[in-house]
Amino acid sequence: MREFGYQRVFDVPGAVALLGTDPEARFLGGGTNLVDLMKAGVERPALLVDVTELPLGRIEATADGGLRIGATVTNSDLAADPQVRRHYPALAQAVLAGASGQLRNMATIGGNLLQRTRCGYFADLTKPCNKRVPGSGCPAIEGEHHNHAILGASEHCVAVHPSDMGVALTAFDAVVSYETADGPGELPLAEFYLPVGDTPHLETALPSGALITGITLPPNPVAAVSRYRKVRERASYAFAIGSIAAALDVRDGLVREVRLAFGAVASRPWRAREAERLLTGGPASAEAFAAAADAELAAAETLPHNAYKVTLMRNLVVAVLTELTEEATR
Amino acid sequence: MTTTRPLLGSPMTRLEGREKVTGTARYAVDYPVDRVAYAWPVPAAVARGEITAVDATAALADPAVLAVLSYENAPRLHDTDDRTLAVLQSPHIAHRGQFAALAVATSLEAARGAAAAIRVAYAPEPHDVILTRDHPGLYKPDEVDEGMPTDREHGDFDTVYARAQVRLDAVYETPPLHNHPLEPHAATAMWDGDDLTVYDSNQGATAVQHVLAELFGLATGKIHVINEHVGGGFGSKGTARPHVVLAAMAARVVRRPVKLALPRNQLAAVTGHRSPTIQRIRIGADTEGHVQALAHEVTTQISALDGFVEPAAVVSRVMYAAPNSRTTHRVTRLDVPTPSWMRAPGECPGMFALESAMDELAIACGVDPIELRVRNEPTVEPDSGLPFSSRHLVECLREGTRRFGWHDRDPRIAGKHEGRLLIGSGVAASTYPVYVMASHAEAHAGPDGSYEVHVSASDIGTGARTVLTQIAADALGVPLDRVRVRVGSSDLPPASVAGASSGTASWGWPVHKACTELRQRLEALGHSVPEQGLTVAADIAEDLDDREDYARHAFGAQFAEVQVDTVTGETRVRRLLGVFAAGRILNPRTARSQFIGGMTMGLGMALLEGSTMDPAFGDYAERDLASYHVPACADVPEIDVHWIEEEDPQLNPMGSKGIGEIGIVGTAAAIANAVHHATGVRIRALPIHPAVLMPPLAGARQASPS
Ligand SMILES: Cc1cc2nc3c(=O)[nH]c(=O)nc-3n(C[C@H](O)[C@H](O)[C@H](O)COP(=O)(O)OP(=O)(O)OC[C@H]3O[C@@H](n4cnc5c(N)ncnc54)[C@H](O)[C@@H]3O)c2cc1C
Ligand code: SF4
Repeated sequence: MREFGYQRVFDVPGAVALLGTDPEARFLGGGTNLVDLMKAGVERPALLVDVTELPLGRIEATADGGLRIGATVTNSDLAADPQVRRHYPALAQAVLAGASGQLRNMATIGGNLLQRTRCGYFADLTKPCNKRVPGSGCPAIEGEHHNHAILGASEHCVAVHPSDMGVALTAFDAVVSYETADGPGELPLAEFYLPVGDTPHLETALPSGALITGITLPPNPVAAVSRYRKVRERASYAFAIGSIAAALDVRDGLVREVRLAFGAVASRPWRAREAERLLTGGPASAEAFAAAADAELAAAETLPHNAYKVTLMRNLVVAVLTELTEEATR
Repeated sequence: MTTTRPLLGSPMTRLEGREKVTGTARYAVDYPVDRVAYAWPVPAAVARGEITAVDATAALADPAVLAVLSYENAPRLHDTDDRTLAVLQSPHIAHRGQFAALAVATSLEAARGAAAAIRVAYAPEPHDVILTRDHPGLYKPDEVDEGMPTDREHGDFDTVYARAQVRLDAVYETPPLHNHPLEPHAATAMWDGDDLTVYDSNQGATAVQHVLAELFGLATGKIHVINEHVGGGFGSKGTARPHVVLAAMAARVVRRPVKLALPRNQLAAVTGHRSPTIQRIRIGADTEGHVQALAHEVTTQISALDGFVEPAAVVSRVMYAAPNSRTTHRVTRLDVPTPSWMRAPGECPGMFALESAMDELAIACGVDPIELRVRNEPTVEPDSGLPFSSRHLVECLREGTRRFGWHDRDPRIAGKHEGRLLIGSGVAASTYPVYVMASHAEAHAGPDGSYEVHVSASDIGTGARTVLTQIAADALGVPLDRVRVRVGSSDLPPASVAGASSGTASWGWPVHKACTELRQRLEALGHSVPEQGLTVAADIAEDLDDREDYARHAFGAQFAEVQVDTVTGETRVRRLLGVFAAGRILNPRTARSQFIGGMTMGLGMALLEGSTMDPAFGDYAERDLASYHVPACADVPEIDVHWIEEEDPQLNPMGSKGIGEIGIVGTAAAIANAVHHATGVRIRALPIHPAVLMPPLAGARQASPS
């Protein structure tokens, strides 16, 4: 761990400007991920710019009926927000399924999106890892990978993104807003995380030095009937080994609209677009759900110790969509 | 002589409870010490090899850094028979994570920074870290635990097994498990001339004192080990561990007190763990389930530095009547971290195998698993032929049957659904030997009517201090508040470790003896205490030698109800019940928490815990508590604990058996048996992870869509 500067900022332009003064500066949210990685020596910032006092701590309804969530809203406050719980229940469930009460009290929305993978090699400086040291290799492929990716990975990295919250946000077409020295910008979550390819160390499309200022959820009537189901080894305080965020609108036995996103299967929250396409307009039946899951998972590439995830995700799709069908037709 | 026991048997709260919950109880690195320096170790980054160079230039550039130690410049230590303690003595690296260097600085941050800046170069050598049943290095060790025979044979196993009407042949596996006590291994070391004082987190101050004396070539009286409060150990602090040697060495070099608390991510490699086992069990029985032949053959590993051989087959020498039997242990030496004791070493993994096999046998014979165990109840200890001092396994099973509602259970496999959940229940027996180890104590009466009792016992969170005070007050025949029991220092009369569930017996006995004699002496003096007080010392070595030959063990029965989610493969425990027969229970409150704690740890073993050896790197992949999953509150259902009071005159003056470990024995089998009852899937390799259950459950779902 190296010595570092620490500064608290109170306005957005000031935060961006301060970060720009030092290429080795990092924003500090709750610190629940960054500080751990600093202790491990994975992150070695020269300066921490604490963003938690920025005026970005509110959740507000947007004019069109969506929600705007400030970047420094804590995970606990997000999960407890009545609008979130009513209009996007899967999002509240996803956040509550993550980490522990203490961590959620500290963790911010911005930090949650940018948290790094839990792949053990990534955090161990004595070992190679393409994500940490490009070109050094990916020992997970031959080593410990029971919770690694089955979709969208590459021979260069098979790590998964650990966020639960991000899975629900992905299902609901969230848009990330940010601020740079050149002004504000937006990125749909679908384009926020970069494909792994041969550059697993490049994780997001955020311009360098950008401050995440918030997340906007478009109005999403389908999200009102939604659910997040997380599978984990221990009953609480564990990362997902597979999770799903789903929303469903069923009329007369037909799927009018469906949203599906998977967690812990890829380097980013995985929007199951192929499954959604197959389901839309078709029957809301267990067979159709299974067929859609199979189509989505057809591209899955498994390793010796993570093949169970294919069955797990297929089961989750069928079970959660079946539950939502019952809920919608009740 | 009959005595009334007003205090023994009463549920007293822990005497140090207030200090602990208010944060004033001091653990090893909590003591304020002037001019203290901090040490941070550098773990070796190869699985095996030689250190070729240690470059400390960058580390020493920081003026806060006082020293960088490695084999090149570390003080020489004397040899002991524990080679894990020969820290920084040789360039050879026996396993990844073994200490290669140590940074010492005036602040914790500087020490940590310096450790990261030390460049160690290695000449790696090929390594071998994976245990297999046919590993070419397997050999027969001379003994498995101090004095326990490696192999035992009775009758003619092969012939009788071959002819048996019912035959079971199965292989069970337990993964490496880590103790991970909440307080990491930590020490504060201070030299005053040739006198060394260490505040150390350990399970036995006397034992650590002796080994430090040996290592530094000093008289034991020069070494003072203080372990007033210890945040758990579960066996991993049963002997001195390398951290305390490093701290003492560093303090000598920098001529200042040194604090060293191992970071969590270093514990897995250097503080011991339960080694993995591969256990083959064969049982030959008649169709009524009477066991005629039993073989329990264990394969396990030690490290290049030796370590503890997990005596997992020993339980099969105790549990069931089997006229023809074979119990064996084979071990191989791998380039892995050194295994050591973990709660119920031997019994815990051994009973997972044996009690799973008994469940399989019950099903094969169509006999209720409780009835099967009753049918195989021995009259004497099967291996030794000795009578049991007391054995109430059948009573525990019967009492558990009633309390659990076992008779309402439908024995059919996978017969109970609640939506997509499958529900099942299982049972397993528990056992743990009764150990007592020679210890000393002193009781002192003051002229003011107060009493002090001294014994170098270790309270590792169990409530030992409290129970010893109860024992002392009863033996003295005075109220509790007149007695102060001092434990947790090697300057007190030497005593054994808090291990092998032997603490209360080993320390309580001399305490009882000293206090009883003091009381008699005071009575003879007409209850007038001399001005300088009166002190009586007691030693139980002779009492131990005089004991008659009996097989002494505690027994128990554990019941589990589980639910298995057919969609996700997640298993959750709904109910646990443990019924134990462990002599006289001296303090129901602290005893209950030992039983519950053990069962919770058994639940963790069944469903969550396991360390994965990385074949390429030679270390355990789980090195923090986010990846090494111990149960969270949400995993632990209500745990119901009961006991059957035993009157056993062959134990000790208190009539107690040990209770610290039996709770973890059998839990994993009861849960695995319940999973089988719920799903029809027999899990023979722990833990019962969704990844393991998913494929067979998917197969079952395909076969019978519901
Ligand atoms: C033991 C443990 C268990 C956990 N379990 C789970 C779990 O089950 N599920 C789950 O989803 N998560 C889990 N987490 C992760 C937790 O959710 C994240 O650590 C947390 O959300 C990160 O938020 P933070 O504010 O603390 O981020 P920080 O640690 O402060 O920052 C993380 C990263 O984000 C950057 N950053 C922060 N804010 C901004 C901003 N406004 N703009 C630009 N960059 C920014 C930082 O520079 C840093 O790179 C767990 C964490 C721990 C330690
Ligand atoms: S999976 Fe990715 S993060 Fe893990 S070792 Fe491979 S490259 Fe590194």
